[in-house]
Amino acid sequence: MASDNRPLSPHLQIYKPQFTSVLSILHRITGVALALGTFLLVYWLMAAAAGPDRFAQAQGLIGSIIGRLLLFGWSFALFYHMLNGIRHLFWDAGKGFELKTAFLTGWLVVAGAVLFTLIAWIAAYSVMGGI
Amino acid sequence: MADKGGLRTPLARARGLGPAKDGVAHWWAQRVTAVALVPLVIWFVASIVLLSNCSYERFTAWIGSPLPAVLTILLIVATFRHAQLGLQVVIEDYVHREGTKLAGIVLVKLGAFALGTAAVFSVLKISFGG
Repeated sequence: MASDNRPLSPHLQIYKPQFTSVLSILHRITGVALALGTFLLVYWLMAAAAGPDRFAQAQGLIGSIIGRLLLFGWSFALFYHMLNGIRHLFWDAGKGFELKTAFLTGWLVVAGAVLFTLIAWIAAYSVMGGI
Repeated sequence: MADKGGLRTPLARARGLGPAKDGVAHWWAQRVTAVALVPLVIWFVASIVLLSNCSYERFTAWIGSPLPAVLTILLIVATFRHAQLGLQVVIEDYVHREGTKLAGIVLVKLGAFALGTAAVFSVLKISFGG
């Protein structure tokens, strides 16, 4: 059949990972992780709607070590997905496809995500009087 | 495959046979929600950071007041639409058994709708009197 000769998109298992392809799959992974994280958001909002006791319980759970670690990962995923999503929107407009630009914007996304995450957590801890 | 001379034209038979069924509308909705989410997410994260570990009274007073309530509901709607569209693409890319794929897509749609409704209801309940 003719379809046997059609070009295939690079399969992750056999294609040598490159900076740009790693960022690409990371966009998808963070997207799925964020979708799972919405369970926490909904739980938190429902707890607040249920009353002070439930809210305190939820705050305790989210404020635990595991809760904070999850939230930390989730915040990085959120910033990464948002910044790389903006990168994708520029691609949709046909801009930024040059190899040099794609690598530069890729590094900007990674650096931006790390920076935003650190700013958010330093700000959160200073609000709580922890720093 | 399909017999000639049926009631349906060849175009009508071909339509909807692609994996995405309604690609352009899906693509646009994904981008429009993405654009909406950028300012909403920045606003929400900044607000939540400033409310870190705050009391129940302070949190409900904040999320129950008009502007935060409306923005949070917009965030919820855009988030679950965006997530549903994105997860659908992931399922379409990796799940190749037609039945499992369809079940996954339906589950994601129903799940996004249910979670979104629960979240919007929570904000409204807090807004309209704890």
